[in-house]
Amino acid sequence: MGAPADTTHAKRVVERLYTPDSIASLEYERDLGDPGQYPYTRGIHASGYRGKPWTMRQFAGFGTPEETNERYRQLLEAGGTGLSVAFDLPTLMGRDPDHELSLGEVGKCGVSIASLADMEALFEGIDLGAITTSMTINGPASMILAMYLVLAEQRGTDWRTLSGTIQNDILKEFIAQKEFIYPPRPSMRLVTDVFAFCAEQMPRWNTISVSGYHIREAGATAAQELAFTLRDGIEYVQYGIDAGLAVDAFAPRISFFFNSHSDFFEELAKFRAARRIWACVMRDRFKAHSPRSWQLRFHAQTAGVSLTAQQPYNNVVRTALQAMAAVLGGAQSLHTNALDEALALPTAEAATLALRTQQIIAEETGITEVVDPLGGSYYVEALTTALEKEALVYFDTIDRMGGMVAAIERGYPQREIAESAYRSQQAIETREQIIVGVNQFTADEEAPIKTLYIDEAAQQRQLARLDEIRRRRDSRRVAAALAALEAGAATGANTMPLLLDAVRAYATLGEMCDRLRKVWGEYVESPVI
Amino acid sequence: MTGPALGPEAWALGPSVLRDMHKIRVVIAKPGLDGHDRGAKVIARALRDAGMEVIYTGLRQTPEQIVNAALQEDADVIGLSILSGAHMHICPRVVELLREKGLTEVLVVVGGIIPDTDVPKLNAIGVEGIFQPGTPMQDIVDFIDRHTRARVASNS
Repeated sequence: MGAPADTTHAKRVVERLYTPDSIASLEYERDLGDPGQYPYTRGIHASGYRGKPWTMRQFAGFGTPEETNERYRQLLEAGGTGLSVAFDLPTLMGRDPDHELSLGEVGKCGVSIASLADMEALFEGIDLGAITTSMTINGPASMILAMYLVLAEQRGTDWRTLSGTIQNDILKEFIAQKEFIYPPRPSMRLVTDVFAFCAEQMPRWNTISVSGYHIREAGATAAQELAFTLRDGIEYVQYGIDAGLAVDAFAPRISFFFNSHSDFFEELAKFRAARRIWACVMRDRFKAHSPRSWQLRFHAQTAGVSLTAQQPYNNVVRTALQAMAAVLGGAQSLHTNALDEALALPTAEAATLALRTQQIIAEETGITEVVDPLGGSYYVEALTTALEKEALVYFDTIDRMGGMVAAIERGYPQREIAESAYRSQQAIETREQIIVGVNQFTADEEAPIKTLYIDEAAQQRQLARLDEIRRRRDSRRVAAALAALEAGAATGANTMPLLLDAVRAYATLGEMCDRLRKVWGEYVESPVI
Repeated sequence: MTGPALGPEAWALGPSVLRDMHKIRVVIAKPGLDGHDRGAKVIARALRDAGMEVIYTGLRQTPEQIVNAALQEDADVIGLSILSGAHMHICPRVVELLREKGLTEVLVVVGGIIPDTDVPKLNAIGVEGIFQPGTPMQDIVDFIDRHTRARVASNS
């Protein structure tokens, strides 16, 4: 194929009918394999969901740590099997609640975590050794991980038993979600510091969740999501190797996170293609020997961007279908969005219904009985191969640019996504793409639904706690730990042990991040429209 | 409304001609800490394709920076994109700063996740256009076109 900008935006042609001819070049052993066999197109476990059901992991967080702790206990009591922390914007940006940019944002889009004291309140009464926790944070991933580790240490929970995931995927922040702090290259060092630290100390922890979710939400097509996410994965593996790590020492703890969108077959084919591409990349490009390095494990979340504010109950149906695609695609864990999320963070009732949607799929539909039940479908296999090919074209382009960091620095994936976002909005405007309740089958009058409203009280409580921590702690110990962090960042020291010391002294997130800002500077994006 | 590129002869021609000659100048801004810029970028492009002059400020602009950009760019419109729930903090500050600088002619619109209960409050402080999720781009283009046209007419 020629210039990717011209070819990859072209709409893939969908035939009326797929036949054996559509997959004539497919070889079972080479291209599919049984579940549990290389290249894992059909799944990483031979027994599928019979052996291990997916984890029902509902992303949640708002207001103060106490409020979020209450929501977590509700979700666990309702049969949720893992936790997933949503942080507020000041936390995601490494700013304390009293920073001028934080005002008005504390606790609004997630929970506010400014110091170890907040982490203690967040997990009050929850046994860290008995649950798995996913933490969606990237710029300050290592600081938040350090807080979780010190909390475990205080409670006598062995770090080696901790299981969960830190998102820690800074590349997709530059590409799509835009919650970056430092420039790309020092940011990559923080990521590889976590790889190295966890390889020694946290064998059951996923050190990164390479995320296509946000790339898709920003407007990427399924093929772009697949391509940019896996190419980010390649970049992380390369940086890990360049930092002196053996590939099989850290690659098995790399996990992925994809969007499960509305085009049903395209989505489940995307997950299958992702497994095949990754297995091939790890074995052939990086010469990994361990099958665990070859196996792509992923979390899926239904598409937030597909939720509509109009006729919000329609969102329950959309989410159920998207969740089905993720399950048929072999997801290891899943978040289902709540019906009210185009309007606000979900109410407890809406969040419970979202979880029930997963439970109905798992317990009532019977689709979990058979591994990769759509494997061998002429259409699904042809689509899996088509998506794989489209992704490999992007790999070539990005490789020629010198890798993903270089491509990001020239704005390439950002531009590709902006183009797709504009095209998909135009398709909605012209009704080439129908959105029920929005541009077709609309209703004149709609009864409003109850939504969650987060007031300013959370901010007041967080400011008060921050103030109290600053008064109570040993300020000399804090100063020494922060000075050591700054010095370590300026040399090549692994930052994790230094961050752990700062957290133990109750240094705040903003204080730790500011020290690194001093050394590395802040990233300012030149916007691409 | 004054356009820097227009001479007295253009002003003498009357409002409809003025509007055709004077491209509507829009500052699209993304205030607050949120980085979700899909909407801001899509609308920036839609307004540009509709013939407006669009200046996109990029991410994490303070109200002061946004109002300064409007002043420097001689903007007719400020479009704010806010999804984080911080709109009741940010919008009043932008309106207040515009008033302080004497830029009361500038049309302020906001798009994003704005609960229904906040719509009248924003209207009351002078945010004229509030675009919630699902609003067609064309509605926003038309709104800006209609409101800036009204201003040209009332000023001439």
